[in-house]
Amino acid sequence: MIHVSNLTKMYGARTAVDNLNFEVKKGEIVGFLGPNGAGKSTTMRMLTAFMPATAGTATVAGHDVFRDPIGVKRNIGYLPENPPVYLEMQVEDYLDFAARLHQVPRGQTKKAIDSALQKTQLGDVRKRLIGNLSKGYRQRVGLAQALGHNPQVLILDEPTVGLDPKQIIEIRELIKGLGGDHTVILSSHILPEVTATCQRIIIIAKGKIVAEDTMEQLTLRMKKGLIYSMQVKNPAGADAIRKVPGVNQVTIAGNKLVIEIAPGSGEIRDQIVSSAMQSGMGVLEFSAEKVSLEEIFLQLTTEESV
Amino acid sequence: MKNIWTIARRDFRSYFMSPVAYLVIAGFTAIMGWMFYMSLAYYHQSSMQYQQMNMGKGASITDQIIRPVFGNMNVVFLLLVPFITMRLFAEERKNQTIQLLMTAPISMLDIVLGKFLSALFMILAMVGTTLFYPLILWMTGNPDFGPIFGSYVGTILMASCVLVIGMVYSAMSENQIIAGALSFATGLFFWLVSWAQSTAGGALGDILGYLSLISHYNNFSQGVINTSDLMYYLSFIFFGLFLTHRVLDSYRWR
Repeated sequence: MIHVSNLTKMYGARTAVDNLNFEVKKGEIVGFLGPNGAGKSTTMRMLTAFMPATAGTATVAGHDVFRDPIGVKRNIGYLPENPPVYLEMQVEDYLDFAARLHQVPRGQTKKAIDSALQKTQLGDVRKRLIGNLSKGYRQRVGLAQALGHNPQVLILDEPTVGLDPKQIIEIRELIKGLGGDHTVILSSHILPEVTATCQRIIIIAKGKIVAEDTMEQLTLRMKKGLIYSMQVKNPAGADAIRKVPGVNQVTIAGNKLVIEIAPGSGEIRDQIVSSAMQSGMGVLEFSAEKVSLEEIFLQLTTEESV
Repeated sequence: MKNIWTIARRDFRSYFMSPVAYLVIAGFTAIMGWMFYMSLAYYHQSSMQYQQMNMGKGASITDQIIRPVFGNMNVVFLLLVPFITMRLFAEERKNQTIQLLMTAPISMLDIVLGKFLSALFMILAMVGTTLFYPLILWMTGNPDFGPIFGSYVGTILMASCVLVIGMVYSAMSENQIIAGALSFATGLFFWLVSWAQSTAGGALGDILGYLSLISHYNNFSQGVINTSDLMYYLSFIFFGLFLTHRVLDSYRWR
């Protein structure tokens, strides 16, 4: 649905987006993850055919963003960083205007508006002036605008900014529900957001892709061996655990042992626990430590900048 | 065409959702009403004098009412049109709503023409409030409708020229005040540029005279619609719209 090849954007001498290559298949939900200023918004603006690229090409829904911008625009719904809402308009009138702009046939606008209002749960405020709504509501009005004409591709730039926790969960659920029928690209610098909604993640830093994969694959790739932690009564017998084949390193922090396992050692939890019991350490708790995406993200984005 | 209408409709309605439209129209009708009343009273007085002294065919409605009233209307438009135009693009850029328009499947020409039409409708609405002046003149006297018609056409064209000046500046600046002030200054320049005509003399003087907005208006106020005057105003408007389009296009390259 979206093909990007060698996409580059320069602002004067500064490179904002550097030679991006990626693809998004129909129905996929892809997250753009990166620290502030990584080039997420710039990439999205280029995909919406709003901003021309300095080099490289992109096609969205089969239309080239440079040669056929109108064709691209017809097939996308775009929510910019700041929701593009007219403060002096009523929610309903605004959505009507957006639907007309996107050439929704006259007979279908009413239905399209109702469905967008319902999806974003704005039914109660449909007659209110947008200027009198809170930031979270305005954000949702912006999202309703992007959904209104039922586009194939949705490009959402930080869609949950300014929402309260309950709304964030609702919007995430909404976005998840859009997958399949719609192709969604969303950007965020908040990790749990991407983890919660996206099937695939593209991590960018300083305008370059530093990692691109599914959540599981990324976690797997980044694991440099497994880590278990063990809470014990008496950590003195830690040497017995060090002798278990496959254990790389054991570090003792108070009553907690952090046990690193060499990659490819197979299942050795049994041995570890039984040797701990034999040496009378008194096991209180034993668990596997998960590497969170947060750590991967930090690792990737900092490794790149060093 | 449908897209132009979509934009024009929203912008025109949004004038009436803020105080701008009401203030501008109220100011316009108050000033124009006062001007019309004054001209009428003055005409009344002088025609009484003509009658008493039995001097020829009497005072002229065209010279004593129509021409001064429409002359003043042009000055009022020069002052008020920048208030109408200053928000057109500047506000959209400030609130970033321009992104909605720029990522919608419409052309930039649609946006420019839609905005132009919305402001033109405001001007027409204002001009519309003066339509009862000729009605009063017709009911109580015997006015010559040629100059009235010509004056309306000329005034609308002149106000449209100030309108496109305002559009260019509104597209250039995010700040409405700056856009408004520059439009007024530029409008005034094109208004007064003919003053230098006689001092400059020669070909330069002719050019300056030709450039002036006001020198092309005089024929209209006599009920004469000249192709060269019409062409001047229409090309002025066209050039302004063209410039606005170029400025708008440059947003994408920043």
